[in-house]
Amino acid sequence: MTQSSRDLSRRRLLLGGAALGAGTLLTACTSNEAEPNDAQIKTGGSEAAGGNAAPGTEVVIGFSAPAADHGWLGAIITNANAKAQAQAYPDVELKAVESGSDAATQRAALATLLGQKPNVIVLLPHDGKELNAFGLEAMAAGIPVVNLDRAFPSARAYRTQILGDNYGMGVAAADYVIAQMKAKGVAAPIIGEIAGMDELELTQTRSKGFTDTLAAAGFEVANRRAARFTVDSGQQEASQLLQALPRMDALWNHDDDQGVGVLAALSQAGRKEMIMVGGAGSKKAIESIQADDSPLKATVTYSPSMASSAISLARLIGQGRGLGDLVELQVPKEIVLASETVTKDNASAYLKLGF
Amino acid sequence: MTATAVKSDVRRRWAGENSENTTRNLVLLGVLAALIAIGAITRPQLYSDSTWVWNNVLSILQLASVIGVVTVGMTFVIIGGGIDLSVGAIVALAGVWATTVATQSFGAGGMIFTAVAVGLGVGLVNGLLIAYGKLVPFIATLAMLVAARGLAAQISGKQTQISESAVINGIASTKILGIPLLVYILAVVAAAGWVLLNRTTFGRRTVAVGGNAEAARLAGIDIKRHTMLLYGLSGLCCGLAAIMLTSQATSAQAAMANLYELDAIAAAIIGGTLLSGGRGTIVGSLLGVIIFATITNLFAINGLSTEAQNMVKGGIIIAAVLVQQFRFDAVTRLLGRIRN
Repeated sequence: MTQSSRDLSRRRLLLGGAALGAGTLLTACTSNEAEPNDAQIKTGGSEAAGGNAAPGTEVVIGFSAPAADHGWLGAIITNANAKAQAQAYPDVELKAVESGSDAATQRAALATLLGQKPNVIVLLPHDGKELNAFGLEAMAAGIPVVNLDRAFPSARAYRTQILGDNYGMGVAAADYVIAQMKAKGVAAPIIGEIAGMDELELTQTRSKGFTDTLAAAGFEVANRRAARFTVDSGQQEASQLLQALPRMDALWNHDDDQGVGVLAALSQAGRKEMIMVGGAGSKKAIESIQADDSPLKATVTYSPSMASSAISLARLIGQGRGLGDLVELQVPKEIVLASETVTKDNASAYLKLGF
Repeated sequence: MTATAVKSDVRRRWAGENSENTTRNLVLLGVLAALIAIGAITRPQLYSDSTWVWNNVLSILQLASVIGVVTVGMTFVIIGGGIDLSVGAIVALAGVWATTVATQSFGAGGMIFTAVAVGLGVGLVNGLLIAYGKLVPFIATLAMLVAARGLAAQISGKQTQISESAVINGIASTKILGIPLLVYILAVVAAAGWVLLNRTTFGRRTVAVGGNAEAARLAGIDIKRHTMLLYGLSGLCCGLAAIMLTSQATSAQAAMANLYELDAIAAAIIGGTLLSGGRGTIVGSLLGVIIFATITNLFAINGLSTEAQNMVKGGIIIAAVLVQQFRFDAVTRLLGRIRN
């Protein structure tokens, strides 16, 4: 090793290492073997009722989502692939592009997609603000854009947005906690919160929904730790939260994937005095709620099935049709999916939607 | 200089280095004591309960256990003049590989063997590329970081793999004499690392290779072979850490052990390991890891944000490196100048 290269390597160590390390969270895209699940079959069926399933003109849909290796985003990508491969619609052709791990890579991939001139583009942007310009460009070129999950700031950048309700997740979680505490007669409950990646706006929105709703009931969060949507970070942050709060009445964990680690920390510390509420709605969490075998009593959904719905909407836009059951002749501009609360009572209905 | 003079000179330098290491470790212990004192002052209610305090100490040690094992391997690599940026990725890959449905069908023994073998194997590949392929360690392990995470994502299909093995999951919840098994594992690995570094030829060679590779080569040390073994050792530690982490989280996924490379390097650096090689101690690295875990704990019990915690961690790394650069004599000189 030469001296200069050694100096170079050291100078860049922390900076480059940090950047690349952070990058790895989203690095490495792999193609998933897709299989249709009950969720899609269900969506197909409900559309038939509204009359939208009848074949129309051929639609080519371009699809782009960032590469991911955590549960929810992975499920989104598989879900859309599954949609195409299941060929629920004989009149749809899906062109998916690999979109890498950052906004710049996705922009490059989208440029290629634009060149292929699809009828509609379904886009889960790496970041809504960073890819707003692409939305404007595609719309200006006459290709309608369906934004999936991460809103564009400019209304001209999309034909339709289909979003989850992050604020609503917090509200739903808080509503459940409040109801349970009132039922148990706990006047001043000690409430803990394990958030997801704190640098993401969606995490802040979720937390705000949670604290706002709690405040309205006169409750507050006693301690909050931010994990990183990964199982090991969930375990670590939860272990420290448990130290900070020797007694806890309720705990909201934003993400069921990291919740595996949170539940592990609870069982390792031998703590089960609290009720726990999850987030997103993974299959494992819903199963656990149904079996009622842990402090996890409920989860508030942020469903990955929205990718399937986005493809359905894109198809209707491409064919110039509206939603079957609505009077309007066109697809609405924005659809926000409500966050639903899954408990032991309704778990069986949600199991097929879990990721 | 005569042979005896050289010998005594070397001895004097060793003695000087040793006392410097002791001073540094004492300073680290002081920092640790200060952090605990801050905790006791800010949360007197918690600290007044002796059961809680004991549990908190164990919780900090448990938090430090996985990254501690990784740091022991990292310390060897850095003392040997290298750097291993792929440790976090190796932990993830080993964890994911050990928790596939196929591996889990072989039981806990199969899972442990797989994790250790994957860790060692990937480490040796790093070593081969660096020692015999003449790649710069920074580049080789950076490439491995990306590739191993990629492979882990490929194997897991980007999904969280739940460990169904009661034995593996039990590691993290087992306590012996009231102390978690994970803490014993860290203690054993650290003790083994200390013996290996300070009481064996392998350890002396590591210091020699890192201090002056050319001199070590002239002294008859097979530098290439030794370098390869160092990265193998680091990989081996990662394999062990993967089992510990999988046990803690009762699952594995490709994104786990995120940024462990930076945590391990930072812990080694504040522990007094010289980034250019040739100097460092296992005790110092261990103290570094425990200090970081204590900071995390301190921020958690006070309900402070993660971003503030990260800034403090960054500040501590900078302070440690500054202290290393200035050394004690520089401070003395400065004090002398002020007095004049």
